[in-house]
Amino acid sequence: MKTEMPVLLIGIGNPFRSDDRAGLEVAQRVQRSANDRLKVLQITGNPLALLDAWEGYSDVLLVDAVSSKSQTGPFQIIDAVQQTIPAGLFNTSTHNISVAEAIEMARNLGQLPERLKVYGIAGQNFQFGETLSSHVDGAIEEVVRHILSYIE
Amino acid sequence: MAKKKSDSKIIKVDTLARVEGEGALYIKVQGNSVQDVRLKIFEPPRFFEAFLRGRDFKEVPDITARICGICPVAYQMSSVHAMEDALGVKVDGPLRDLRRLLYCGEWIESHVLHIFMLHAPDFLGYEDAIQMAKDHREVVERGLKLKKVGNDLMTLIGGREIHPINVRVGGFYKVFKKQQLKDITEQFKWARDAALEAVRWTATLSFPEFERDYEFVALRHPSEYPFNEGRLVSSAGLDIDIREFDQHFEEEHVEHSNALHSVLKERGAYFVGPMARFNLNFDQLSPIAREAAEQAGLSRECRNPFKSIIIRSVEVLYACDEALRILENYEMPDRPFVEIEPKTGTGYGCTEAPRGILYHRYSIDDSGKILDAQIVPPTSQNQKTIENDLKEFVPKYLDLPDAELTWQCEQAIRNYDPCISCATHFLKLEVDRE
Repeated sequence: MKTEMPVLLIGIGNPFRSDDRAGLEVAQRVQRSANDRLKVLQITGNPLALLDAWEGYSDVLLVDAVSSKSQTGPFQIIDAVQQTIPAGLFNTSTHNISVAEAIEMARNLGQLPERLKVYGIAGQNFQFGETLSSHVDGAIEEVVRHILSYIE
Repeated sequence: MAKKKSDSKIIKVDTLARVEGEGALYIKVQGNSVQDVRLKIFEPPRFFEAFLRGRDFKEVPDITARICGICPVAYQMSSVHAMEDALGVKVDGPLRDLRRLLYCGEWIESHVLHIFMLHAPDFLGYEDAIQMAKDHREVVERGLKLKKVGNDLMTLIGGREIHPINVRVGGFYKVFKKQQLKDITEQFKWARDAALEAVRWTATLSFPEFERDYEFVALRHPSEYPFNEGRLVSSAGLDIDIREFDQHFEEEHVEHSNALHSVLKERGAYFVGPMARFNLNFDQLSPIAREAAEQAGLSRECRNPFKSIIIRSVEVLYACDEALRILENYEMPDRPFVEIEPKTGTGYGCTEAPRGILYHRYSIDDSGKILDAQIVPPTSQNQKTIENDLKEFVPKYLDLPDAELTWQCEQAIRNYDPCISCATHFLKLEVDRE
């Protein structure tokens, strides 16, 4: 992949809700190996902040935990420019606007980046806590490798 | 969703969206009369008051800020004022102004979220703000940008936009040079114009015919629209020092809610929030806010809760105007905080959260350890008034189709911008007709 503008990686989640911290973990682990072709951000608050965060970027990777029971693999990738995000997929947040809603809001306002890939990591436990489920930790490593190969 | 069984029917909405928090509403209708209305708040109590006991008095703004992600500044302000009251400390001058400035940021981000993301779709017939954005792109974009100005102010003064970390008992951890406020001042010049547009826009919406004779309760200050200080007054003649709160108000446990219902001992339900502040402090609005309110068709008295969306816009305009006034007159304080030594005492704090008065009371020992805490948030104070609104609202609109009636009941709840997050997360609505 060749582009002059850096790729933006956004990890989003709640660090105190166990597996919901998966997106933040990915951002932190990728940051250690990142280069000047990648900008890394973490969002722990209202997902509406996404609209400002990706302003000016054309290539954005977003990572969040997924609560979907139907998901079979450890993670999934959605091309959010081509595909509407299923309502409720990223509904782990206690905030009133979910990640899916923020993305659909951006679509309706014409504020989606040119390329937006959303990584959904299947979480099991969203109770209070700072410990990841073991399978989520494995999925995080897979997503990190996937992202690093994408920016190389 | 409507279910029929013989001559009765149940209207049920599994999830009422666009409120902060989780709860449920049950309405039972028999013939033309409402038999029962219950705003159910079912999330377990969070015991903040209990685990504050034994903590140091300096920890209280950071612990209580965690009660709510939408109105953390309110918790910080009520708690620091209560502690300063207990310790006999007065914070004034530029430090007081900075507190007021931070509060402006919270009112803006909280009110604008509710106006454009949560409440406006009701008036325009959209399921949510995402659908509304397709047809009202400019309005939603302006709303989001306005909210961001509030968030940016919170980030600057508070250290971060959610659960600020710069507030301490006695003042702030860090204060700012005037130059550091230059960029945000420029943003607020745009924000004030945008807020004026918001007032004009909300005034064009259609409002159900509905008025009640409420007892409004709010702070009243002799020279300013209330944020941090004032006497507690009401439209029925209450006029007390905040230290007398417990003598006039009491909290009751009701079976269907895990949030205590607060009532006036002598008269029962009352109404706090933007509508109450507006009705009791209209004369304290700045000229631009007062004039905009009048041009929007509001007079000194407004008793239609559906028009709260206009009043929130007026308060956003006021907050932008007040923030600009403080920013333009700002001089860096000599010191970021007033030194405080602990001593035994009881202190009281009551400030105007976006949704209404937030009362705190603490007792501390001579080492500054908290012995006892009481926190009364605005949504718990409005619970009974929300139920009473629905008791009167539903009979007037029983001719509406079930789906429309249900929608309007949800809208009537959202008039209060209930922050059930201070206790819960989802709200389910169920109307039972017989």
